[in-house]
Amino acid sequence: MRVVVDLNRCQGYAQCAFLAPRVFELHGEEALLYTPAVPNDQRERVLQAVAACPVQAITAGEQAGAGEL
Amino acid sequence: MSFDLKDGRIVIVGASLAGLRAAETLREKGFTGSLTLVGEEPELPYDRPPLSKAVLLGRAGAEDCGLPGRRSLDAHWRLGVRATGLDPEARRLLLADGEQLPYDRLLIATGTRARPWPNPEEAALDGVLTLRTSQDAARLARLLDARPHRVLVVGAGFTGSEIASACRERGLDVTVVERGRAPLIGALGGTVGAWAIRLQRAHGVDLRCGVTVTALLGRNGRLSGAELSDGSRIDAEVAVVCLGAVRNTEWLADSGLAAGPRGVACDAGCRVFTMYGIVTDDVFVAGDVARFPHPLFEYQLIALEHWGNAIAQAEVAAHNMVSPGPRRRPHLAVPSFWSSQFGLNIKSVGVPTFSDQVILAQGSPGERRLVAVYGYRGRITAAVTVDRAKWLEHYRHLIETAAPFPPGPGAADHLAGQEPVPSDVPDPRVLSHGPTVALTGHLPDWRLTLLRPAG
Amino acid sequence: MSTDTLFRRITDYANRPDPYPLYAELREHGVARQEDGAFLVGTYDEITALLHDPRVSSDVRNRDDAEELLAGEDPAAPRSFIALDDPEHDRLRRLAMRRFGPPHTPGRIDALRQDITAIAEDLARGLGEKQHIDIVDDFAFPLPVAVICRLLGVPGEDVPQVHEWADAVVAGLDFSPEEEPAERRRTALQARQAMGVYLGELARTRRERPTGDLLSQLANEDGPDGRLTDGELMSTATLLLIAGHETTVNLITNGVLTLGRHPEALQRLCDDPELMPRAVEELLRFEPPVQFLPQRTPLADIEVAGVTVPKGAPLILVLASGNRDPLRFPEPDRFRPDREDNQHLGFGSGVHSCFGAPLARLETQIALTVLLRRLGSWRLLADPPEYRRSPVLRGPRHLPVERGGGVS
Repeated sequence: MRVVVDLNRCQGYAQCAFLAPRVFELHGEEALLYTPAVPNDQRERVLQAVAACPVQAITAGEQAGAGEL
Repeated sequence: MSFDLKDGRIVIVGASLAGLRAAETLREKGFTGSLTLVGEEPELPYDRPPLSKAVLLGRAGAEDCGLPGRRSLDAHWRLGVRATGLDPEARRLLLADGEQLPYDRLLIATGTRARPWPNPEEAALDGVLTLRTSQDAARLARLLDARPHRVLVVGAGFTGSEIASACRERGLDVTVVERGRAPLIGALGGTVGAWAIRLQRAHGVDLRCGVTVTALLGRNGRLSGAELSDGSRIDAEVAVVCLGAVRNTEWLADSGLAAGPRGVACDAGCRVFTMYGIVTDDVFVAGDVARFPHPLFEYQLIALEHWGNAIAQAEVAAHNMVSPGPRRRPHLAVPSFWSSQFGLNIKSVGVPTFSDQVILAQGSPGERRLVAVYGYRGRITAAVTVDRAKWLEHYRHLIETAAPFPPGPGAADHLAGQEPVPSDVPDPRVLSHGPTVALTGHLPDWRLTLLRPAG
Repeated sequence: MSTDTLFRRITDYANRPDPYPLYAELREHGVARQEDGAFLVGTYDEITALLHDPRVSSDVRNRDDAEELLAGEDPAAPRSFIALDDPEHDRLRRLAMRRFGPPHTPGRIDALRQDITAIAEDLARGLGEKQHIDIVDDFAFPLPVAVICRLLGVPGEDVPQVHEWADAVVAGLDFSPEEEPAERRRTALQARQAMGVYLGELARTRRERPTGDLLSQLANEDGPDGRLTDGELMSTATLLLIAGHETTVNLITNGVLTLGRHPEALQRLCDDPELMPRAVEELLRFEPPVQFLPQRTPLADIEVAGVTVPKGAPLILVLASGNRDPLRFPEPDRFRPDREDNQHLGFGSGVHSCFGAPLARLETQIALTVLLRRLGSWRLLADPPEYRRSPVLRGPRHLPVERGGGVS
């Protein structure tokens, strides 16, 4: 699974960093760093973060184009 | 309509963020015809912002930045092959491998590439590189892993500043050489630039402004250092050339389209103009390579090297490619971007370079939290926040409604005694880094086009 | 009816079970000036804009009627960050966040998953084979109280006393006119002060002998922003304890109530527990535990949807109404546990957005998951149930359900 965060939308509420701290991390007080390739054991937490994002900025899914080459 | 817009052959040139999101939008809007994505890089679409941040900090591998798909595309992928030309009359796209791809509608999303170091011999030295692709990022991450004694960053725009930040965070010595007076000045102006000088120095960056690199020095084919225009010399094992971007338009030179170094010109609906200024109806453009008129900025053609613009414009272009005239939409999104560096979140809405004045409206710059608001001839045209993103929406609304500048009083954490000062937007010709917004129109008192490589 | 009595009608206890038609009436008018000079806002876009407007204060000392409002309070007493503006709000909130979440303590809430699950399972087991259950007393209340007290380090034997104070403080947020408001405010103030003194003493002992809980850490924290003063520590700990006490109970209870009313959604959740995080977000939209923010005040004249709200006027943002705005949410009055693009206002938005949101989310997800699994089939015994008095922190006082006979 891959994630991408629309950091234009992101306002640093950090709900993702609470719910899936191994994938999303605050870098300083507001900037978000994340691991685009989600480890398998973090899938469920990432989906919780997707649901909880107050500005709905997180997209999770399989690699675009995978299986179409 | 004599033919079905939801059917036929659509070819997208460029398989990065804009190309991908356009393809997804086409399918979402019900396009059932054949869809082909052509990409010069061999990788499936990936995200570039992490390449200068998470990847350099070792938090993510360069090869792990693939973009998630929003849906299946049922597309033909032609990756690892460059587009070399276009025959708009025969509606054929020419590829580097000799193949010709016929299309009914075409989307140009070829983006930009890093401006190379102008001296090819010096550029070929081991340890000299640019940062644009995932392969670049993998190489730079490997070089940083080897803990060089000093990294040289040429150009202090956003990419250069983010690289410098990553180096400092990893405890590496870094020298940043910027031809302009301050970092970020090309995008944010001199007032915020002066703040960025203090920020970089506080984090131990050896920042040299008003200076250029006159030569990269090598020993046995490896970079050993650089000579600067002030006569000084530095030793460095890695040099990252961050001189801004070049738009990938050369392949359109003989196409008869309005394509050149400033980008591919289009109307508000992303339809490309011919070189005579006549709008086409089967060639569209989106992303970094597009230059389009924006009503908030006096209909000047602007070109934005912004992640968010690539998506928003791709979605509008795709919508218009499958919609009849009256259903088409303009691309009006207020430009916005972000950068994270030195542990701070810098965000912008509007176009800060489209300004004559700026005021520090909120925050505490000493504590590195602030809101700067930009105005042009008495109206608000942009705002920049540092670790204050939650207020940005308010200023976006003020920009959209052309609210008067300076903003009215009343902000709870307003800065006492602040007056508007000149925003001090420099002529981009004196910058090392290109601005990430190029105002490419022709207002008489503006000379904000990026015309020649600096360095 | 005239819209200038809307707030009176919203706060009228008779309308507690279903304030939503009143909210619809409010949205029709965009901004409604009340007979007492307060302004009600109930449309999504306007609420969002005001929550992100730096000219809107959370500090009631900026109100024209502040003197009357704060009668009896010590003006020098430290206020909690919920009632302060930046930069003070920001500094205090950051200090409290240092040991609660990212960036300095990112894993703390995530690490509570097992604890919360264990508490929820314990409570659910305690239900045994009981035929009649009060969701509030038997489950939804004890769970968040146990979690917040454990997190803060409040000893178990003090929980009943703490609960009494918290109830009194929340009663102070009852705006209904039929009772004597000054009296209620006085009682609430005394309770808040007593709670502060209690927590202050507890913190002092933890400063000597830290025990690893949040209170010990807040008492001993030495970050770049310095340490909380004793007064700040008291007001911050009081805020966390009350908020952690009085809101999640409503979210969990409203969840059970809503699922009891929507058997098809209940069935979907039983079949597909992975839907729970999204269902909880929909619950936060559909029946938010904080219905409105009563304490905002403009610091300048602000135009809202064509109406000028003057500086110093009470400004009330009805989050629960914004959550039902048809201009923002398709089919807003339908509970759809898989709703897309659910950017609700259940936790507010902007700099004052709910501090404890991640904890409330996790508790509710776990509580409802455990409860649904343990309950088997059940049905609501009273609909509408008896509500608590507060129109702000709105939720049932009791929610009796009966096992058997319903959906499972």
